[in-house]
Amino acid sequence: MANPAKPAAVRAPEPPAELVREPLVLNNRPLGWITDAIAGVCEKPMPVWWWPAFIVSFGGMVTMFSLIAYLVSTGVGVWGLNQPADWAWDITNFVFWIGIGHAGTLISAVLFLLRQKWRTSVNRAAEAMTIFAVACAGIFPVFHTGRVWFALLPGYLFPAPNANEIWPQFRSPLLWDVFAVSTYGTVSLLFWYVGLIPDLATLRDRAKGWLRRFLYGIFSLGWTGSNRHWSNYEKAYLLLAGLSTPLVLSVHSIVSFDFAVSVVPGWHTTIFPPYFVAGAIFSGFGMVLTLLIPLRSLFKLEDVITLRHVELMCKVLLATGSIVGYAYGMEFFIAWYGGSPYELYAFKNRAFGPYWWSYWAMISCNVISPHFFWFKKLRTSVVFVWIVSIFVNIGMWFERFVIIVTSLHRDYLPSSWGYFTPSWVDVMTFVGSFGLFMTLFLLFIRFLPVIAISEVKGVTPQADPHHPLGGAKGHH
Amino acid sequence: MSSNRSKPHGLLAEFHTAADIFEAAIRCRDAGFTKWDVYTPFPIHGMDEAMGLRKSPVGWFTFCGGFTGFFTGMTMIWYMNKFDYPLVVGGKPLFTPLFAFPVSYEMTILLSAFGTLFGMFFLNKLPRFHNPLFKNERFKKSTDDRFFICIEAADPKFGLEATRAFLTEKCHASVVELVED
Repeated sequence: MANPAKPAAVRAPEPPAELVREPLVLNNRPLGWITDAIAGVCEKPMPVWWWPAFIVSFGGMVTMFSLIAYLVSTGVGVWGLNQPADWAWDITNFVFWIGIGHAGTLISAVLFLLRQKWRTSVNRAAEAMTIFAVACAGIFPVFHTGRVWFALLPGYLFPAPNANEIWPQFRSPLLWDVFAVSTYGTVSLLFWYVGLIPDLATLRDRAKGWLRRFLYGIFSLGWTGSNRHWSNYEKAYLLLAGLSTPLVLSVHSIVSFDFAVSVVPGWHTTIFPPYFVAGAIFSGFGMVLTLLIPLRSLFKLEDVITLRHVELMCKVLLATGSIVGYAYGMEFFIAWYGGSPYELYAFKNRAFGPYWWSYWAMISCNVISPHFFWFKKLRTSVVFVWIVSIFVNIGMWFERFVIIVTSLHRDYLPSSWGYFTPSWVDVMTFVGSFGLFMTLFLLFIRFLPVIAISEVKGVTPQADPHHPLGGAKGHH
Repeated sequence: MSSNRSKPHGLLAEFHTAADIFEAAIRCRDAGFTKWDVYTPFPIHGMDEAMGLRKSPVGWFTFCGGFTGFFTGMTMIWYMNKFDYPLVVGGKPLFTPLFAFPVSYEMTILLSAFGTLFGMFFLNKLPRFHNPLFKNERFKKSTDDRFFICIEAADPKFGLEATRAFLTEKCHASVVELVED
């Protein structure tokens, strides 16, 4: 019964035809190949392109932190925002980045609960993206307060009394947001780390140098792959997925409350929570595709992140993009049907006022572009998908800009209307935040497995003790 | 390694396929071993039943965390906004569970997640950096593409030759090695 040892086979034997199902890992790659292909990415020296990419990203990050130092030392006046648009690029960037994070949690948690096994190839990178995006997001609301020591010290964000012994005000959605975003960042990090433990053990066991063995050893906590451990681990993973699912839905709902609970025309709408959540998932999947399409070809991981994965993510874009398009339409309908002249004006002003260009940029990127994905030919053309994913990112940034700036710049009193223009500091801080994001992502590629090795193995037929490829003998 | 001959930790048996280890685990369970474990690069579906493990109790830690989180949130907001420094804002009530809900909800999730993570570590006795199995070179493959069973010498049914014969002949292990403590 014992199989003869055949290590390092290039292909496992073909399964009988009646059992063939569209595989998640192409070409029947054996388990050892999966380890080599994925762990190999962060074990070998980085390819040549990695260095220029890293230097440019690092430069962007340094630019952003320098401009933040300039902002803190000079004042928020270095940004272009002023009455009446007191929130502009800062909060736009915050909502943009936090939205991007949502795809990571959706892939890792919601698709896990729905038993969508294809998620295993993309969840690691998507979760990393989530954490880095939340880090970028957190910077903007913190630093838009200008004198951050007042915001971070007791009284505003942290639940501690200020100098007058007054506690933070829990009736404000802004404070809910602090709890939502910090919980989201923390739980995403925990979830990511739990997923990493078995793979860090793989890297530890393969490590050549003592430093790598030591560091991967420390972070893998002495993981052995014991089934008594796996039993608790899988339960913990399931519970974390179950906790992350309501969390991810609550985070962007609460972000939308920052607007919806106010009385500003264009913000005060009940559609905001579901519309923001759908938009967040839409933008997040856009970013996942933007990152993973180059990654899979640069590191030759096409057998693990297959064309089917790209196609399925395009379908998510189509679904969430349609919800977003519907929400845009419904907002207009309610503005008319609600009968408030201020609300109606806010929407007319969005589409035909001085910021018409941002509105139509949003519509063309978010409403039109996902509908190309009705066609399989377009869903499976990676270059086309990649280009559309960029448009999704652009469109979703404009969506937040439209919501925030066009609503604020003209509200009830025409004498206090104004026009917001960003300053160079605004622009470069936002550009620099991409530098921070990409720096973190490139370091992630360099040091950690970009795909969940143990999870991908777990969805191959070789992992199934009742499948012929898993060694099952079948009935004769 | 073998210079300081200490007592054996157990016998380590290597397998090449998921089906082989699955069968072997059932045999070990039926043979009545208690101090033994299966080591695999990924969780094998159905292995808990094959080993005869009870259901994982991690959920209780999650529940305790969540319970603490929710009531901490509610109590904190009540204490800050109603009890310690009541301050009327916008004519709204000083405390209702309604406006306290979002923050308490997030605290529930936060502490549930911590409870889950640390509960899992506690139940698995992790981190554990010293493990006799790490001395075995073959065992490094347990995080790659090999499957192992280790029956510990501390098991009452353990007998060096008898267990070795059991693993080789009954369980069809490809290699059986002694691991020292």
